[in-house]
Amino acid sequence: MTEAPQAASVAQAETPSDEILRVEGLVKHFPIKAGVFKRTVGWVRAVDGVDLSVKTGETFGIVGESGCGKTTLGRTIIKLIEPTAGRIIFEGRDITNLKRKEMRPVRRDIQIVFQDPYASLNPRMTVREIVGEPLHVHGLSKGAERRRRVEELLRTVGLSPEHANRFPHEFSGGQRQRIGVARALALNPRLIVLDEPVSALDVSIQAQVVNLLDELQQQFGLTYLFIAHDLSVVRHVSDRVGVMYLGKLVEVGTREEIYRTPMHPYTQALLSAVPIDSPNQRGKRERIVLQGDVPSPANPPSGCRFRTRCWKAQEICAEEDPALVPRAGGAHPVACHFAEVMDPLRLAEAAAAQRAAAQATSQATS
Amino acid sequence: MAEPVLSIRDLTVEFDTEDGVVKAVTDVSYDLYPGEVLGIVGESGSGKSVSMLTVLGLIPQPPGRVVRGEAIFEGEDLLKAPAGRLREIRGGKIAMIFQDPMTSLNPVFTIGDQIAEALLVHNPGMEEEEARRRTLELLELVGVPFAERRVDQYPHEFSGGMRQRAMIAMAIANQPKVLIADEPTTALDVTIQAQIVEVIKAAQRETNAAIVLITHDLGLIAELADRVVVMYAGRVVELADVFTIFNSPRHPYTIGLMSSLARLDADQERLEPIPGQPPSLISLPPGCAFHPRCIHSQGREICRTEVPVLRSLPGEGDHVSACHFAEELVARDVRVGATSGGGA
Repeated sequence: MTEAPQAASVAQAETPSDEILRVEGLVKHFPIKAGVFKRTVGWVRAVDGVDLSVKTGETFGIVGESGCGKTTLGRTIIKLIEPTAGRIIFEGRDITNLKRKEMRPVRRDIQIVFQDPYASLNPRMTVREIVGEPLHVHGLSKGAERRRRVEELLRTVGLSPEHANRFPHEFSGGQRQRIGVARALALNPRLIVLDEPVSALDVSIQAQVVNLLDELQQQFGLTYLFIAHDLSVVRHVSDRVGVMYLGKLVEVGTREEIYRTPMHPYTQALLSAVPIDSPNQRGKRERIVLQGDVPSPANPPSGCRFRTRCWKAQEICAEEDPALVPRAGGAHPVACHFAEVMDPLRLAEAAAAQRAAAQATSQATS
Repeated sequence: MAEPVLSIRDLTVEFDTEDGVVKAVTDVSYDLYPGEVLGIVGESGSGKSVSMLTVLGLIPQPPGRVVRGEAIFEGEDLLKAPAGRLREIRGGKIAMIFQDPMTSLNPVFTIGDQIAEALLVHNPGMEEEEARRRTLELLELVGVPFAERRVDQYPHEFSGGMRQRAMIAMAIANQPKVLIADEPTTALDVTIQAQIVEVIKAAQRETNAAIVLITHDLGLIAELADRVVVMYAGRVVELADVFTIFNSPRHPYTIGLMSSLARLDADQERLEPIPGQPPSLISLPPGCAFHPRCIHSQGREICRTEVPVLRSLPGEGDHVSACHFAEELVARDVRVGATSGGGA
C-alpha cells in the first residue's frame, strides 16, 4: 500500500428530496512519514469507504470506539479535512471538490461542535467575540444588530446576555459547551456535526446539554450528525445509528434496529459490553467479551476487518470484505457474512423466560 | 460485620490557591471492610479521589493541608505516619490502580522489570529468579497473552487495555489488603472496559483484598460495588449498599444523578438533568452545598442555613443520608433503578 486512491470525478447527484446529506464511498487516508526525508512509508486508513445518507431533520448517530475513524469521518464531511476519495453531497450539491472560497457559503449551512469545550474556544476572546465571529467572517451583521443577535443566541442556549463580556475560563464545562453551540447556531445552519459534544462533561451536565440540543433541533428544524462513543447517549438522541469499526460502517439502522435487533457481531459485542444500568441487572446480561485489541488502521486485516476478534469468523471472512447490505431477512444493512439477529441486552432474560415457559408446559402436560 | 480494615474519620483537607482556600474534602468518614468493593462515586471536583490520595500521603503538602481527621489502618493512623512508613505501605499492603496506565508506568523499563521491582522492594531476600517467575504468574493471571514474551516488552508496546492489566498485576503483586482503583476503566474503550472489569474481579478473588473503587461511572458501580459512598462538593452525602443506592436513594443529589443518566435498554422521552452548575469549592453555598440545585429544597430556610449531618434513616439499617428532608424522599418515585432491568 503505497498510493492512496484518487478522488472520484464530480457529477451532479440525484437525491431524494428529504435527504440533506449523502456520502458515497468516502475515503480518508493519512500518510505515515518516516526517515530524514519524511518519505511516505504507509497509509493510515482512517475512513475507508463509507456510504451514508442523512435525512432532513433527523439525528444520525455514529458510534464506535477510539480509532474507528468516526471523528475523521465528521471532519471530512464538513471538509475540515480533504477527502482522499468519494463524494459528499449536501442538499443535492456535490461539495467534494469545492475550493475554499466556494465552500464559504456552504459553511453557513454546515457547522460543527467539538468535544472539548476547553480547547475549542479561544481563551483570549470574549464570549461576544466568539459567538459573533461567524457573523463577522461572513459579513452578516454589524454593531447594534450583531450585539442583539449575540445576546439572542446566548439566551437561546440558556445563558444570559450579561455573559457576553466574559472570557471562556470564567465558565464551567457545560456552560462552555453552550457557548460552542451558540456559535454553531449563529449562521442558522441546516446541519450540525456534533463530535462527542457531551463526553467531556459530568453526567448531570450531560443531560442538560443533550436536552438543549433536542430543544434546538425542534425549534430550528436542525439536522444532527451525532458522533459519540457512549452507546446510551447515542441511543437517546438518535433516530438512526451507524456503527463504525476500523474505518467502515458495519451496521446502519433505526435506533430500534440497532439496539433491539442488532445483526453484526461487533454491534452485539459492543452493546453487551456496556456496564449495566443498575445492580438489579447483575448476572442478567450475557456478556460477549471480545478478545484482543482493535487492529491498526495502517494495516487492517484482509476481508472483514472485524474477523480477528470475531467468534463467528470462517475462511470466507478473510477472503471477502462483506458488503453493507440487508441480510438474513433483516431490513437494515449489515456488513457480515454471518449476520443474524441477537438482542444482547435481553439475551439472558430471554433464555431464562424460555426455560421457565418450557418448564411450565412440561409440568402442564405431565 | 467484621472489623474494618481501613477506617476514615472526619477527614478534612484544604488546598491553598491564589484564589482562596479550596475545601477539597470536609468531614469525610467511612469504613472499608475486608473483601468488599466500596464504590466512591461523584462528579469532577466532588473530592472522591482526594480522601484516598491523602491517606496514602500522595497529596503535595503544601499547597494541600490536612485540617483534621484520622485514617486507621491495622491500628495505625496513616495521617500521622512518617513518609518512610507510607512508602512501605504503598504498593505493599495498600496498592493502587490509576486511570491512565501510560503515565503511571515508567516508559524506560520493561513491564517485567517494573512488576519484579514491586516484588523485590517489598520482599527483601527474594531472589530475582523467583521475582521473574512470580511476575509471569501475575501477567498470566491478569490475562496478558504470551506473557513469556511480553514480560520483556516496554509500556509503549502494550495497548491501553494491556497496560491496565499490567498495572493490576503490579498492584496485586504483594497480596495487598486494600486495593484502590481510581477510575480504572475511564481511559479505555467499552469493549476493553468489559475485559478489565473481569480482570478486577479475578484480582479480587485471588487476593481477597478490599477494593475502593473511585469512579464517576455509575455503570461501573452497578457492576462491581457492594456498598457505595456518594460525594458532592467535598462531603459524603449518602452511603448505603449498592442496591439501596440504586433502588431507593435518599438524597436529592443521588436521585438527580440517577435520573440524568441516558439508559441503554429503555427509551426515555427526556433526560432529567440536575439544574445549575456544581459549586466552587472556594466559595461553597451556605447550609447544604446542594441546595441551589435541589428541587426538593424549595427555598426552605434550613437548607440555606444549616449543613445537614450524615444521619442514619429510621428502619433502614446502614443507610445514611445528609439531607434535612431525607424522609420526604421515601415516597418519591425514583425513576431510574426502580425497574428490574426489563426496561421499556
